[in-house]
Amino acid sequence: MTLECKHVWEHVSEYLDRQLDPQLLKDIEKHLENCEVCSAILDSTRNILILTADNRTFELPVGYSERLHARLEKAIRETATTKNDSA
Amino acid sequence: MPATPEHEKELIARVIAGETDLFHELIRPYERMVYLSILTMLRNEQEAEDAAQEVMINAFRHLKSFRGDAKFSTWLVTIAMNEGRQRLRKAKVAQLESLDEDKEDREGDFTPAVLTDWREIPSEALEKKEMRQKLREAVELLPPIYREVLVLRDLEELNQEETASALGINVTLVKVRLHRARMMLQKMLAPYLSTAAPAKKGFFGRMFQ
Repeated sequence: MTLECKHVWEHVSEYLDRQLDPQLLKDIEKHLENCEVCSAILDSTRNILILTADNRTFELPVGYSERLHARLEKAIRETATTKNDSA
Repeated sequence: MPATPEHEKELIARVIAGETDLFHELIRPYERMVYLSILTMLRNEQEAEDAAQEVMINAFRHLKSFRGDAKFSTWLVTIAMNEGRQRLRKAKVAQLESLDEDKEDREGDFTPAVLTDWREIPSEALEKKEMRQKLREAVELLPPIYREVLVLRDLEELNQEETASALGINVTLVKVRLHRARMMLQKMLAPYLSTAAPAKKGFFGRMFQ
């Protein structure tokens, strides 16, 4: 079956997640062999996803972890005290 | 390094049994995930940090109600999403965007940007700091219902079922929204990538002539 580009675009996400059924996958791969436009769209989307998952893209603020555990420690202590008081 | 499921289960049981100090160890692998899922919702570092702290404290206080039928990470993200949504709702008066869920069928352009010279540039462009900044901005610009799915699936790398469960929507909707989110990102970022490294009329160009 010959696919049109637009049809391929609808399945970019499933293609990247490897969720296409085998026949459609085959048709899309055949289309990609001859279509630079769709190949570029797939590559670009894949690259964006790689960049999204890259730890350097979304970084934690300096000292985040220390502040989190300090506040948590306080809350844990408070909870323990409340429990002891009510016991 | 995330704990093995068995070790994690044991930690949870011990915290509930009274070894509360172990809670620090239990949540350590998820600090990043909780913070970032809230940050991308609230778009404010300080508030996201405060919210992330609240989430962990709430998780500690309600750890007994964690049944173990979902993964601990999914349970935490669910609390994080709720905290984020609650804060967004509070701030909504001054907010331009709405959290309305009825936008699913609205007219939208979810087709990708056509860019033929992409394959000649990827790795160098991806290494650029500016590109990461553009990506952060683009993620922030996504409408909330698309952004939250993208963050959980592509940033936190939760699977479809975990994402659906954390957001209280079905798997089909996760797939639809994820596809749209990715296409919107591709469209927003394509222009920066093509200018980030000018196309060279090189190898590929000649090869197909």
